[in-house]
Amino acid sequence: MSNEIVLKTEDLTKHYGGVHALEGANFELRKGEHVAIMGDNGAGKSTFVRQITGVEQRTRGEVIFDGKQVHFDGPLDARRAGIETVFQTLALADHLDVPDNLFLGREKTKFDWLGPFRLLNYKEMRQDTMDALQKTGVKIPNIRNTIQNMSGGQRQCVAIARTATFHSKLTIMDEPTAALGVQETAQVENIIRTLKEAGEPLILISHNMRQVMDLMDRIIVFRRGRIVANLRKEETDGQDVVAYITGAKTQEEYMVEGVT
Amino acid sequence: MADTSHGVGGLTYDKSKRSLPNELNIFMALIIIVVIFEILGQVLPYMNNQSFLFDTRDRFDSIFNEARLQIIILQVAIIGIIALGVTQVIITAGIDLSSGPLVAATAMIAMSFAQTETVNGFPNPKALFGTWAMDLPVIIPVVIGLTFGAFIGLINGTFIAYFRIPPFIATLGMFLVCRGIALWWSGGNPISFPTEAYAWIGSGMMPVVWFVVLAIIFQLIMKYTVYGKHTYAIGSNEDAARMSGINVRRHKVMVYMIASTLAAFAGIVLSSKAVTAQAGMGEFYELFAIAMAVIGGISLQGGRGSIIGTVLGAMVLGVIRSGFTYIKLDGSYQLMAMGGIIIAAVILDQYRQRSKA
Ligand SMILES: Nc1ncnc2c1ncn2[C@@H]1O[C@H](COP(=O)(O)OP(=O)(O)OP(=O)(O)O)[C@@H](O)[C@H]1O
Ligand SMILES: [Mg+2]
Repeated sequence: MSNEIVLKTEDLTKHYGGVHALEGANFELRKGEHVAIMGDNGAGKSTFVRQITGVEQRTRGEVIFDGKQVHFDGPLDARRAGIETVFQTLALADHLDVPDNLFLGREKTKFDWLGPFRLLNYKEMRQDTMDALQKTGVKIPNIRNTIQNMSGGQRQCVAIARTATFHSKLTIMDEPTAALGVQETAQVENIIRTLKEAGEPLILISHNMRQVMDLMDRIIVFRRGRIVANLRKEETDGQDVVAYITGAKTQEEYMVEGVT
Repeated sequence: MADTSHGVGGLTYDKSKRSLPNELNIFMALIIIVVIFEILGQVLPYMNNQSFLFDTRDRFDSIFNEARLQIIILQVAIIGIIALGVTQVIITAGIDLSSGPLVAATAMIAMSFAQTETVNGFPNPKALFGTWAMDLPVIIPVVIGLTFGAFIGLINGTFIAYFRIPPFIATLGMFLVCRGIALWWSGGNPISFPTEAYAWIGSGMMPVVWFVVLAIIFQLIMKYTVYGKHTYAIGSNEDAARMSGINVRRHKVMVYMIASTLAAFAGIVLSSKAVTAQAGMGEFYELFAIAMAVIGGISLQGGRGSIIGTVLGAMVLGVIRSGFTYIKLDGSYQLMAMGGIIIAAVILDQYRQRSKA
């Protein structure tokens, strides 16, 4: 694992009117590192992600990605820069099949001189889709069926396989397994392991302690819009993390005057 | 690892049992409608046991009533060309109401650059411009007409994609503007006497040739190109399309431009076929084009349907129109019945969607 910093936020803050959803977040992610973000409902986890990926515009603070200060206009902008995000709400085209969704917006093509009318390389896209899904153990009876008839878990797997297929500089997943059954959760976790093996950094928002302890290198705990702990997996355990989440403990460097 | 069943994870999937494509349903409907007219021909007392499609009394060597078939196909061909474009617009979950008047406006404009200088040795009595615009090569009126269509589509698309005007409103406005242009162009006078080359474009079965060729081209484009895939994606989930990096606004403008260019071409073919251009041409064409698409299974919610479906929808509409004439149903009743059929097609589509979900 190199020490190169992929993502860094300084004093990242978001206020919704009077609601201080995110306050002074200082965060670092190194190359190849998998970091979990935990915290109670409403702690500001999704807000943190939305400021990084440009879904919303931050109140103040800096985001440094890949060595440069960035200010994304929207998620597409972030994606172009190399940040793949699986949002809590899925973005799939219902009437298209699995390969179509996987490759939407970055199709494999032939005869590129035809411009917008360049031909789709269906064969290659189907093969790549099969390979990508096979690795993860996802069960889909026919990848050429449209997405609309698939189960929530299958859809989720397609969305996640999409981010895993394209090598990005950073992947962010916001509660990717929240609505999934045991088997589907295992499949998503397989995808996360694949990313780890490929050395691709990941930020995972999750409420699942076992998952976090199994898969992540480091845990960041959010409470009431603030980061209250930065824990290496080897130096902590489930009980310890829960203590930070509930407010029984706060790491010294994150103590703020007047806030407990 | 590469198995041919396109399934992963060991779930079985029986290819032979997959549901029939929508297009096959429409084809069946087409056959059923023909059968109904055949039966009506036998049972209606005033029909004298005529046959709808198999009436070959005059020609022993053929099975079909070729004359009727030709008329059916010829009738739908020109509106069918418009429907090919409207199909793409509807797949993006949009609508284009401006195509009928655009046909008229393009007919007027193109025809005025396609006139001959002399008719039977006399100066062209309908000449709109001076001699400089007479006997021009046919490419000039065609290019002018298509460019005009593309320009109208550019305006439609820009208002819809960039100013977020609902497609219904934007193209309704353009509907009036185009009818106005058609009337203004020659002060309401018809423009006639085109060059031989221009008259060839829509002569005989040429409209059918254009329709078939364009249908094949756009069927292939919609199925096998990035343009087609993105058109479906936008209609299916515009947000997902945008998040996937598709330039949704630019793509929509392109779709409306293609639709209007096709409508303009229909105007050229129509004026050529009629050997004249009149400001009132193309009445209801936009509605019949939409009807062809809807009957052909193109969902007004977007994301679903195919060019083949629209071609079949065009055939259904043509057969019904011809069938109504054949059983001597008056034009006014024809319109009413056609309206009912269009509504029925939409209801059927929604019912199918719900039972699927
Ligand atoms: N658009 C908004 N306007 C006002 N308040 C908002 C808005 N979005 C979020 N909030 C508030 O900001 C706080 C943080 O919300 P956020 O969505 O980041 O929580 P979270 O940590 O992701 O929770 P969960 O685990 O439930 O997803 C909450 O109190 C929420 O009500
Ligand atoms: Mg959240």
